[in-house]
Amino acid sequence: MAGAPPPPAAPGGEAKKEAPPKLEGKDASGHPWVQSIRAGVPDAVLSAREFARQITVVVAREKIAEVARHLKEKEGFRYCVDVTAVDWKKREPRFDVVYHFYSFSKNDRIRIKCGAADGQEVPSIARIFLAADWSERETWDMFGIPFAGHPDLRRILTWEGFHGHPLRKDFPLEGIDTGAAIYPEEWPEGAGPGMNDPNRKVVS
Amino acid sequence: MTEKTVEHPEVPTLFDVQEMELNFGPQHPSTHGVLRLVLKVDGEKILEAKPDVGYLHRGTEKLFETETYPMGLPHTDRMDYVAAATNNHAFCLTVEKLLGLEIPRRAQLIRVILDELQRLSSHLVWLGTSGIDLGAVTPFWYTFREREQILDFFEEYCGARLTLNCMRIGGLPFDLTPGWIERLSELVDDMPARIDDYEQLLTENRIWKKRTVGIGVISGEECIERGLTGPVLRGSGVEWDLRRAQPYECYEELDFVIPIRSNGDTYDRYIVRVQEMRQSVRILRQCIDRLEPGEIRGKVPRVIKPPAEEVYASVESPKGELGFYCVSNGTNRPYRMHCRPPSFINLQALPRLAKGHLISDLVALIGTVDIVLGEVDR
Repeated sequence: MAGAPPPPAAPGGEAKKEAPPKLEGKDASGHPWVQSIRAGVPDAVLSAREFARQITVVVAREKIAEVARHLKEKEGFRYCVDVTAVDWKKREPRFDVVYHFYSFSKNDRIRIKCGAADGQEVPSIARIFLAADWSERETWDMFGIPFAGHPDLRRILTWEGFHGHPLRKDFPLEGIDTGAAIYPEEWPEGAGPGMNDPNRKVVS
Repeated sequence: MTEKTVEHPEVPTLFDVQEMELNFGPQHPSTHGVLRLVLKVDGEKILEAKPDVGYLHRGTEKLFETETYPMGLPHTDRMDYVAAATNNHAFCLTVEKLLGLEIPRRAQLIRVILDELQRLSSHLVWLGTSGIDLGAVTPFWYTFREREQILDFFEEYCGARLTLNCMRIGGLPFDLTPGWIERLSELVDDMPARIDDYEQLLTENRIWKKRTVGIGVISGEECIERGLTGPVLRGSGVEWDLRRAQPYECYEELDFVIPIRSNGDTYDRYIVRVQEMRQSVRILRQCIDRLEPGEIRGKVPRVIKPPAEEVYASVESPKGELGFYCVSNGTNRPYRMHCRPPSFINLQALPRLAKGHLISDLVALIGTVDIVLGEVDR
């Protein structure tokens, strides 16, 4: 991306075992899988990147279910490894929803990302990959990203009625007052430091 | 839940279906921790099982974000507390991938030794406890005898028996103590005969077979669909092991076979795990023979500040694919560190496995997916 001509030997060179993986990220728009998504789902791919021999494809949010189906049916990525999210706080859109897929025939992984603003619905892939069911529930629980079309979108690690989404960057590390007064003599209003406590720290 | 095909033994009902809701756990000895299952039962037959997890949620992923990379390592011990070494390994591997670190050969071999010892001890705990769950008390005393010895090795190496914290980014914290490897060599020589002991107690045992054969059958296709990995996947006939498929450290030069079975029931998963213990012993023997003096730590920068990139790396833990996804923003703390826990994903399939079986079989099924609640809830 800096304009320097890339050294062409990297992908096929099996002979040199000692060479550590190349540490610069580079554009991967020409990668066959990216081309395949482009051909199969028009207007889906926004950008593609490669780092440490891992392909990351950023796709449009509305197209994520179609891209997942395309990868499963046409490219053989039958195993959905993981669904999670990253909170970028100040960026627009705020969240990245991150999917990892694995192909047994290629013996390789692909990472698909899509952006989502706060409260924006992301199409669920739980009906395409059963494995994504709980992962999407966890992402909803931890980040508050709703998945449209999920069969059973409930909180999973915290409880029903819990306020807030713990892995958001503006959620305090000390926790919030959940209404459970565990140490009434220390914190009469509930568990953990109150809203005005100077010890209350917000992690960014 | 959308079920595709459910193959389960038909349990005859004499009367009309009378549904009852039953709480199984969270305080129940056979749930191996604090797992609550809300069962819908008709007599003894399970119509529906809904797992309720999160009792052990400690916000590990949030903690990773607040601390530097090396400080995050001890938290990984508390996830799968039965197999801490593989957790450490996955975490280190991810950060090393981000940094592009190479680790020295001796460290690679010792890591593999620790991993395989951990796999042995994890499978021994599994074998002992799931035996007890089904009423076979005797194997427990045998398996925990050997596990105790393995934990002694860990204790001598790093001072801890359970929460090991036995690896570092770029290598290992300590070299082996004098005489460690010789004593390990003796244990490795003894181990096959001891695994024979367990097998004598269970493999052809009529009660054990009655409780496990044909219970919780799942096909390889469906395992992939549901993201199941580890012995559950291999018990259903899919020959896939990350140590072979995407080798890390020095696994590619080691000679071992991936045990697979085709029926996909509880009994086959038992056989797969026992065979895996035998393979672990083989790997340990090869590593001991290859071990030579050398460095145990690579060229690690004093302050670990990876480039602003993202990677995913995974290892074959005793339960399945354990992966970490790390997003760095160029500072000394991970911006986001996500764990892909095998227990969490495998537990997801429990309702499917349990449907149509009896409550007593549910105990066998919780055992057979081999969950650790610390890892499920993180």
